Amino acid sequence: MSILVNKDTKVICQGYTGKQGTFHSEQAIRYGTRMVGGVTPGKGGQMHLDRPVFNTVKEAVRETGADASVIYVPAGFAADGILEAVDAGIRVIVCITEGIPVRDMINVKAALRANSGANSGANSGANSGANGAVLIGPNCPGIITPGECKIGIMPGFIHQRGKVGIVSRSGTLTYEAVFQTTRLGLGQTTCVGIGGDPIKGLDFIDCLEMFQADPETEAIIMVGEIGGSREEEAAEYIKASVTKPVAGYIAGQTAPPGKRMGHAGAIIAGGKGTASAKIAALEAAGVVVAASPAGIGEACAEAIKRRE
Amino acid sequence: MNLHEFQAKAVLRDYGIATPRGVVITSADQCAVAVAELGGMPLVAKAQIHAGGRGKAGGVKLCRSLDDLSATAAALLGSRLTTYQNAPDGQPVHQLLIEETLPIARELYLSITVDRAAERIGLVASACGGMDIEEVAHSEPEKILKEWVNPATGLMDYQGRNLAFGLGLAGAQVGAFVQMVKTLYRIFLEKDLALLEINPLVVTGDGSGLGRILPLDCKMSVEDNALYRQKALAEIADESQIDPKEAEAHAHDVNYIALNGNIGCMVNGAGLAMATMDLIKLSGGQPANFLDVGGGATAATVARAFKIILADPNVKAVLINIFGGIMRCDIIAQGVIDAVKEVGVSIPVVVRLEGTNVELGRKMLADAVADSVTTTRLPIIASNDLDEAARQAVAAVGEQA
Repeated sequence: MSILVNKDTKVICQGYTGKQGTFHSEQAIRYGTRMVGGVTPGKGGQMHLDRPVFNTVKEAVRETGADASVIYVPAGFAADGILEAVDAGIRVIVCITEGIPVRDMINVKAALRANSGANSGANSGANSGANGAVLIGPNCPGIITPGECKIGIMPGFIHQRGKVGIVSRSGTLTYEAVFQTTRLGLGQTTCVGIGGDPIKGLDFIDCLEMFQADPETEAIIMVGEIGGSREEEAAEYIKASVTKPVAGYIAGQTAPPGKRMGHAGAIIAGGKGTASAKIAALEAAGVVVAASPAGIGEACAEAIKRRE
Repeated sequence: MNLHEFQAKAVLRDYGIATPRGVVITSADQCAVAVAELGGMPLVAKAQIHAGGRGKAGGVKLCRSLDDLSATAAALLGSRLTTYQNAPDGQPVHQLLIEETLPIARELYLSITVDRAAERIGLVASACGGMDIEEVAHSEPEKILKEWVNPATGLMDYQGRNLAFGLGLAGAQVGAFVQMVKTLYRIFLEKDLALLEINPLVVTGDGSGLGRILPLDCKMSVEDNALYRQKALAEIADESQIDPKEAEAHAHDVNYIALNGNIGCMVNGAGLAMATMDLIKLSGGQPANFLDVGGGATAATVARAFKIILADPNVKAVLINIFGGIMRCDIIAQGVIDAVKEVGVSIPVVVRLEGTNVELGRKMLADAVADSVTTTRLPIIASNDLDEAARQAVAAVGEQA
């Protein structure tokens, strides 16, 4: 098992024939992802990377049975792309695009909420649309189930199938966590990069809930950073509902207040969102928090050991 | 991207919101013209910088005569103003906003921002205007009024009334306030603002208790991600208000923030860049900067990043931490070697590479250092481990002390 994506997931790419879309689709195909085609408006009917190109997501879904989509379109078109995928019934929508204006994401999230069915869970309701569609990102590396399905820009070879579920707000810091758990022989079930924007799709709690329910996942790593209060909320959720060992890391202990540290969401404002408050909340929930980014893998091993 | 007060007020007027009458001057000899235009004294001179706390720092002065105003203008223009909100060396004052004074009955607070928890645009109002609103929210939370906007409907009249009556407004003030708030919401959307703050929003004292409502100050910040579709606002950005190194970095699409330490950092990815700063601190050192070269770093980006880091005279060593995913380590290694040679770096450069083609990358660094023994030895220290790299950088600084 794994969460969200596996060897049967049929993936299309929005922005398929562009530079980014082409490069990362090639990588995904080489990794073994079931890429079934792509969408570039106006280029429907052509073949690209030996797969069909469609004008609309709706058409791509009808012709290929795709249930996941990865979006590489420029920031100004990304909100449109996400909602097109939701409307076409895509189940897992991964938006890699960076720099989407927050106003656009407010509208996307409102539309996702309006679409969500009455049966959605308390936590997933806000982030899932009709047919239980989930959005991952934007401004994220994507999602990977090692050996089965890679959707996004992460380097596939550092992953190894194993027992740790990883959820992270940062791209290259996710790679650190992956690399370290691979080196320690723990391996990963699924790794989700939820992205560095303030308003996004899946959040920590959604992923924690899925990892807790996934029988193959034996331990969880969550990598957070300064800004917002999602890590604190996740800590509350872990305390109440997660029985599996959890390790964590929070970036930005030396970040000065009022300065946006790269990610739109990473800013300490009004004394809120500091690393120390997040670390304290996680530790209070029994999470083993690594002091150094080089110690994330070891913190995970320690969290597992404490339960044995 | 922040706007100056005079720029923000011009946006308000474009949308039909009245502001105090004012004139912007850039030199002291324009004072007489300003006085004539505004119809006499007293007037207020307000230094235009991108920071709050101007009043307490001496950047807002009430002037009762032309001499007084001219002296104030001469002192402020061309100076650097330091407030509790900006860096110790302050920000340059290039413009003064000269405004009429008004009889003030009440000072209110009003702001619009994105509430990331609610994932909606939120309005905050308070009868405690002119004060630090975060302090009010902390000590007297009952004095803070909030409304959240459903994006499908936009801001509704009843929400404006909730705020108006909550602020103790009455009579014709209520309708005027509702109109103003709805217009401000429209500005927030149409200009892609991240923050629109009016503090204070004043009720003028005309003796009736039902004075006019006017924004005495206005702060607007445009969302950086939306600048591509806010070209008119992007054009009036005042780069002089930003740290020159940050402005230079910004021009080259490198994400850089200056800090106070002496170990320069070059990292790919914002999260890993923050984590690298933390690791330097944990190892007993002080980071000189945050710098994210981005996912598609090339040899040219690495060279530019070097120049930005080394422009800070405090930097005594550089720590490069690259997790090469899509970007191959051999390309990064070549970029580092070229940049060190081209820029003529003489301080120690600790390089930690991991990821695709890491063995080749490390070998290239080692070979380059070995080859350079006969000429000028390249100051590159290759590291195999993240913790070790931070310790090596801290040690390299220690050796120079």
